[in-house]
Amino acid sequence: MTEAEKDNEILARAAGLRWQLGDNFHDKLTEGIYTDAAQIAAHAVETPAGERHYTFDSKIDKIVTSKTWGFPIMIGLLAVILWITIEGANYPSGMLFTLLIDTVHPLLKSLAAHIGLPLWLDGLLIDGIYLAVAWVVAVMLPPMAIFFPLFTLLEDFGYLPRVAFNMDALFKKAGAHGKQALTMSMGWGCNAAGVIATRIIDSPRERLIAIITNNFSLCNGRWPTQILIATIFIGALVPASLSGLVASAAVIGIALLGVAFMFLTSWGLSKTVLKGEVSTFTLELPPYRPPRIWQTIYTSVIDRTLIVLWRAVIFAAPAGAVIWLVANVHIGDITIANHVIDFLDPLGVFVGLNGVILLAYIIAIPANEIVIPTILMLTVANLGLIGVGDTSGKLFELDSAMATGSILSAGGWTLLTGINLMLFSLLHNPCSTTIYTIYKETNSWKWTTLASLLPVIMGLVVTFLVTQFWHLIWLMPEVKP
Amino acid sequence: MPDNTACNNCALHNTAGLKKLGIDTANVDYVVALAGNPNTGKSTVFNALTGMRQHTGNWPGKTVVRAEGGFSYNSHKYKLIDLPGTYSLLSTSQDEEVARNFILFGRPDVTVIVVDASRLERNLNLTLQVLEITDKAVLCLNLIDEAARHHIKIDQRALARDLGIPVVPTTARSQQGIPELLKAIDDVATGAIICRPHKVKNLSKPVEKAVKQLAGALEQQFPGLPNSRWLAFRLLEGDSRITAAVKNNELKELVRP
Repeated sequence: MTEAEKDNEILARAAGLRWQLGDNFHDKLTEGIYTDAAQIAAHAVETPAGERHYTFDSKIDKIVTSKTWGFPIMIGLLAVILWITIEGANYPSGMLFTLLIDTVHPLLKSLAAHIGLPLWLDGLLIDGIYLAVAWVVAVMLPPMAIFFPLFTLLEDFGYLPRVAFNMDALFKKAGAHGKQALTMSMGWGCNAAGVIATRIIDSPRERLIAIITNNFSLCNGRWPTQILIATIFIGALVPASLSGLVASAAVIGIALLGVAFMFLTSWGLSKTVLKGEVSTFTLELPPYRPPRIWQTIYTSVIDRTLIVLWRAVIFAAPAGAVIWLVANVHIGDITIANHVIDFLDPLGVFVGLNGVILLAYIIAIPANEIVIPTILMLTVANLGLIGVGDTSGKLFELDSAMATGSILSAGGWTLLTGINLMLFSLLHNPCSTTIYTIYKETNSWKWTTLASLLPVIMGLVVTFLVTQFWHLIWLMPEVKP
Repeated sequence: MPDNTACNNCALHNTAGLKKLGIDTANVDYVVALAGNPNTGKSTVFNALTGMRQHTGNWPGKTVVRAEGGFSYNSHKYKLIDLPGTYSLLSTSQDEEVARNFILFGRPDVTVIVVDASRLERNLNLTLQVLEITDKAVLCLNLIDEAARHHIKIDQRALARDLGIPVVPTTARSQQGIPELLKAIDDVATGAIICRPHKVKNLSKPVEKAVKQLAGALEQQFPGLPNSRWLAFRLLEGDSRITAAVKNNELKELVRP
């Protein structure tokens, strides 16, 4: 008998025996293992007599997973974290601006002039690449350095599985896996990480749902955009003392809207292209552990903040060059940027945004972090504003949210544009890293395309509807007799 | 920590031998896999052994990809692989396959099974499955401080005797028991300790008979196969990966020279 024949004989014998044993072999085996485990444990473990000693944990769990308090506590914790982030990031952001942009940038300029760098190279390197990178660092670093450690402390304490526990019923109703709550939370940090985390979901159907809908979790590249726009347009509606609170509420509103869209899309997918049964699973609620504060801060600053920042910088550098080029290379009388903006403007205005925002989202596909700098720079270049920043198409210096606001209103922005930008920031294609990760995880262009295009289409539809609704409300008084 | 405490002078505490190498894993002498249920502090044990700072989190399923690191002990260089945390190795979800394939086909020199001391019975389920696959293992009885807080006492000698492998109580968060764990890993890797791993006993008669028959056939075809029983389990369940491994003679590679 040859080797191959022997192999086949073994497989044939296995098939025969499997037939004899019936189809509950798995259960029988598991039972056997459990019995062994129980015997060994009984031999070695001495548990205290009487009542179990998990009272502290179960007391907390009774509150944080209760029907009444579970959701308010979840939203409240998120609100507190966001509020601390928004309030706390302001000051260090200002300092970084002063340092990197007010001080170092002119220094670099004069150095370049001193060594006689050609004007175009000076523009490309210092006004393009350097300013884009400096902008990203100043905007991103402070909120991330506050948000990540706070979130990690909560994670270390053991709260995240309780979130999954609270939301399990909702996921089930949406036809998705309860563990999606965990991957969704990961997405709040980074969507690419959230997509990789879906590997904890066994069923391919539910895993795909989790992958496609992960983009509805606002990632750290988008939190700063949300926070800035909310501060400028929504926080400004109320007295300064309340603006931090109101801006946080607006950002939470967007984040929760993202959760709502995630459920809606999961439900839609599970009723159409990804039909199937919801699988059950056991989720262990781990004991609460006192978070190790310093270690957590250290690892979250090193592992998350700096790595995410590094990624943003790497993407910002070439993007800065592209921004400078499209804003400075002329075709005919006007720059490339102006051509594209003019072309995109009708569509942008139609959905309550503008051509600048759409172009910025195209340039910023590699990283959501650079959307705001790109928008500001393009707005200035497009308007030819004098006095603020520079007309030569570079990222300019703005040391406060209000100065940013004045540029944007000069660009024709209204409260509606602000709200629509926040919505579009939530609902648009994932960044290129996430798209690539989705492809690697699903191995399918079909699902990658769906996951990339679905949110953009939803974003355009939602901003369009909001705009129509907005105009309807504003027109009402005029119609009245 | 001061250098002159009784602990640090003890022969067990091989600070000189323990040179943390971080990610440098070139020219390793032994490969160690880290397996365990989710949320038993595997990543914390990983960090304690390698001196790396992998992100740890208090939720099940945090580690979905393999993390690698290295350390050296007693002038042996070790490569440590942190496998995804799983409750069993019997299903086909991605994380379980990653863990299972590594222990089976990666043939680590030692597999450290990290268990939560206060949830021992539930954790033994995975432990017993690992012991069906490999006969070189160490049980890391982690979170022993939490167990103590809940007044749970564990007779580690009885446990070691029943499982047939070294058992080391640890609190990886505060580095307690890590020197002992390193010694146990080294002892098993070098063969100073020979494990006699527990094999699942409570199988029904027909199942036991079928497993024996199939395992016998496998051993005849692949003499010296260390995990014929476990492979028989998988074949009886119709595992396609293992079926393929029989067909393409991959099982031959599992035989230790």
